[in-house]
Amino acid sequence: MVEIKRLDEQAIEDLALGATVLGTGGGGDPYIGKLMALSALQEGHEITLLDPKEIPDDALVIPSAGMGAPTVIVEKIPRGTEVMNAFKVLSDYLGMDVYATLPIEAGGLNSTIPLAVGAKAGIPIVDADGMGRAFPELQMTTFHLYGVPATPMALADERDNVVLLRAANNYWAEWLARTITIKFGGTAWIALYAMTGKQLKEAAIPGTLSLAQKLGEAIRESKESKEDPIDAILEVSGGFRIFTGKIIDVSRRTTGGFARGEAVFEGLDEHKGHTLKIQFQNENLVAILDGEIVASVPDLITVLDMTTGRPITTESLRYGYRGVVIGIPCSEKWRTPKGLEVAGPRYFGYDIDYIPIEKRMEGRE
Amino acid sequence: MTLRLGIDVGGTNTDAVILNEKNNVIAKAKSPTTPDVMTGILNSLEKVLNKSGVDPGEIKYAMLGTTHATNAIVERRNLANIAVIRIGKPATLAIAPLTGWPEDLKRKLGKYVYVIQGGHEYDGREIAPFDEAEVKKIASELKDKNIEAIAISSVFSPVNPEHEQKAAEILREALGGDVEITLSHEIGSIGLLERENAAILNAAVTKVMKNAVHGFENALKEKGIHARLYITQNDGTLMSADYAVRYPVLTIASGPTNSLRGAAFLSNEKNAVVVDVGGTTSDIGILVNGFPRESSVAVEIGGVRTNFRMPDLISIGLGGGSIVRVDNGDVRVGPESVGYKITEEALVFGGDTLTATDIAVAAGRYELGDATRVQHLDTSLVERAINRIDAMVEDAIDRIKTSPEPVPVVLVGGGSILLSNRIKGASKVIRPQNFDVANAIGAAIAQVSGEVDRVYSLEQLGREKAIEDAKNKAIKEAIKAGADPSTVEIVNFEEIPLAYLPGNATRIRVKAAGYLKA
Repeated sequence: MVEIKRLDEQAIEDLALGATVLGTGGGGDPYIGKLMALSALQEGHEITLLDPKEIPDDALVIPSAGMGAPTVIVEKIPRGTEVMNAFKVLSDYLGMDVYATLPIEAGGLNSTIPLAVGAKAGIPIVDADGMGRAFPELQMTTFHLYGVPATPMALADERDNVVLLRAANNYWAEWLARTITIKFGGTAWIALYAMTGKQLKEAAIPGTLSLAQKLGEAIRESKESKEDPIDAILEVSGGFRIFTGKIIDVSRRTTGGFARGEAVFEGLDEHKGHTLKIQFQNENLVAILDGEIVASVPDLITVLDMTTGRPITTESLRYGYRGVVIGIPCSEKWRTPKGLEVAGPRYFGYDIDYIPIEKRMEGRE
Repeated sequence: MTLRLGIDVGGTNTDAVILNEKNNVIAKAKSPTTPDVMTGILNSLEKVLNKSGVDPGEIKYAMLGTTHATNAIVERRNLANIAVIRIGKPATLAIAPLTGWPEDLKRKLGKYVYVIQGGHEYDGREIAPFDEAEVKKIASELKDKNIEAIAISSVFSPVNPEHEQKAAEILREALGGDVEITLSHEIGSIGLLERENAAILNAAVTKVMKNAVHGFENALKEKGIHARLYITQNDGTLMSADYAVRYPVLTIASGPTNSLRGAAFLSNEKNAVVVDVGGTTSDIGILVNGFPRESSVAVEIGGVRTNFRMPDLISIGLGGGSIVRVDNGDVRVGPESVGYKITEEALVFGGDTLTATDIAVAAGRYELGDATRVQHLDTSLVERAINRIDAMVEDAIDRIKTSPEPVPVVLVGGGSILLSNRIKGASKVIRPQNFDVANAIGAAIAQVSGEVDRVYSLEQLGREKAIEDAKNKAIKEAIKAGADPSTVEIVNFEEIPLAYLPGNATRIRVKAAGYLKA
C-alpha cells in the first residue's frame, strides 16, 4: 500500500516557514513558490508527497528549480508551464515519462518551487532533496556526490523557449546555465539531475520536506500555545542551542557575486559575558564562540528570532537584533571525504577540519 | 501675517497647532480622536482657533496628517469598487493577483481582475508587445460596473512604465476622468506582487481620501480659512490635496513620521532616536539627516504584504494611560490603557485606575493633578513599575539604533512625562518645548518631496549619467509636488547593485525635498 500525503494550505504555509530554518540564512525567500503552490491548490490541483522508498527503481525522477537573480524572480513571476515544458523536452530526450519531481534544496526559495510543478503536472513530489539545506551553487548536491550528472538538463522560460543542455561536467553545467539564464531575462526554470528511482534512493536526503513542514508547524503551534518556539525547533530538528545574544555589529561586502559578511553577538542570559561571531556567504558558514569555532558548514547554522522563533536571513541581520543561534547536524552524506570536498569548510576558504556539531557541542550545553 | 495650521490624528488624541512665520507656536490644542476621525479633526480645529484668537483669513497653509486610509484598510470600510489589471502575460500567470490576501478583503477588491499581455524584462526589452485591443475590451466590460478606481501593474514597470501608462490612457478615455487610476510604478519598487498589492490597496482607499479631503476643505471654508491644503505622507513630507487623493496609501504611518519630523525641528537634532509616547502606545524611530529611516523589510498592511516605503518604527504598548497592575508578583505596565479618559480615570485626576502617569507622579518625575492621591502607593511597587517603564523604552531604543555608540534621544508626545532624563544608550536626553504637540508641529513644518526608484544599466548609460538622471527626475518630482525650486535638495540617495545580472544593472533610489513655494 503506497502511502500518499496530501498537502493542504496550512501544510504549505508550514513547509515554507520551515524551509527558511533549513535555508540557514540564505537560499532566498520561499514566498513565490509558496504562492504558486497555493494558487495550484485553488485551481483544484493536488499536491502529494511521496516517501522515496515508494518510488520504483526504474522510474524517472527529475528535480525542478528556479535559477537566476532573486530580483528578477520576485518581479517576473513565472507562467507556471515552464518546468512542464522542460520536463517534456527532457523526457522526450531520455525516452521516458517523468514519474515524480523533488527540490534540489530543501532550504529557501527552491524548496517550494517543485510543489506547484508536481501539482500541475499531476505527479507526486518526493519527500527528499539534494542538500538538506541551502547552498549557493548547482553542483553542491548529494546527487553530485553520488555521480548523478546535472545534465542533460532543460532550461525554460515563459515564452516556450526550452534549451536542452549537455555539459562536460557539473561545473560547466553551472557556468553554461547561468549564461542562458541571462538571455532568458535573468531567470530560468530548470529540470536537472534526472535520475532513476534507484539512484534517488541512494543519492537523495530523505524526509527533508516533511522535516521543513514539521519545523514550520512547531513554530506556529508554539506561538498558539505560548511555549518556547526555540525548544520546539530543536526538538524537531535534533539541533543544538549554540548561543543567545544581541547583535552588536554587522559588516558586509560583496565579492564575486556573493554577499559575504560577519555578525557579532553579545551574550544574553546564560551567555552573558561571551561573544559569538557568525560568518556568512549568502548562507551562514561558521559560528565562532569566544574565538573558537563551535559549528561549521556543512552543518546548518541558523539565527532565530528570540521571541517568535522565526528564522532571520543574513540580509536582515542588524544591530540590536536579539536572536538565538542554533546548529543542526547535516546529512551524513555530507560528512564523507567527497562531501566535505564539495561543501566543507575548506571549499568556503576556511583552513579547518570539519568536526560534526554533536562532537563540538559535547559538554557545552 | 502668514500662519500655518498643522493637525495630526493620533491613536488617542488629535492634536492641532497654529504657527507663525517664524514657526513659533501661537496656539495648540488636543481633543480625543473619534471613530470617524473627521469629528476629532474638526473639534481640534475649533479648539485651536478659539485659543489662538487669530484671524482665520491669515492661515495660508493647512497641513493634515490623518489615519483615514489606514483605518479604511484595517477595518475594511468605505473601500472603493475597483478593478485590477496586471500586464505581464505570458509571464506571471502562475500567481494570480490577490493570491494570499485575507479572504474578506479579497472578496471586496477581487471582483474584476485581469491579466493581459505585455510587461518588460530587467533590461528594458518587452516580454510581449502591449495589446491595445485587450485593454479596450476590458474598458467596455467595466463600463456599467460603477468602477470607482483601477489598479494597474506591469512587470518591471519601475524600469519601464510605458505599458502601465498606455493602459491608463485608454481606460481614462473610455471610462472618464472620475475613475481614479493607480499605476504600480508610482507607489512601490521592485517585487511585482508586493508592488501590485500596494497599488490595489491604494486604489481601494482613493474614495475615502477624496471624502476626507473634501470634508476638511469644507470645514476650513466654514471657519473662514482659505488656505492651501496639504496632506502629510509617511516619509515626512507633504502631498498636495490632489496628489493625496491619487496616492492615499502613502499616508499610512504618517502620524509617527510627523512626530519624528517635529522632534527634529524642535530639538535641532538631525541624527537622533525619537521616542514618541502617546496615550496608549509609544513609537520609537530614528532620524537620519533629519528624516525617518526607512524600513528595509516587506511591510504588512491589513494582512497584505506590500513593499512601498515605510518609516522604520518600533511600537510598544506604553503610554500615559497604560494600566499598571500586579500579576503573579510581576508588575505589568500596559498594553491596556485608559486612553483619552486619563483625565477622569487616573488616580491623580480623581479616578480609581492606577496608570503609568500615576506612577510617574508618585516617583516624582512630573507634577500633575493631585499628588496626594498617589502618596499611599507602596514605594517598591512604584520603583518596580518605573524600572519596567524604563526597561521597555531602553530596550526599544537599543533595537532601533544601528551601533552601540550612545545617540541623542528626543522625547516627545504627551506621555513622555513618564520618562527619566537618564536613559541608557543616550548621549543626551532632549525634551523640547511643545513636546506634547510635536506631531502637529511636524505636519505644519513639513517639506514637499519627489522620489525616484528605478533600475539603470550602468554599462549603457555610465554611472555618473545614471545618477544624474535619477537626481534630476527626483528634483522634478519635488517641484511638481509644489516645492520652491531654489530650496530643493537631495535628502536620500541609495545605489544597490543587482546580483547575477550583466550590464551592471543597478537600482538607484533618490529622494529630493524642499520648502513649499511661498
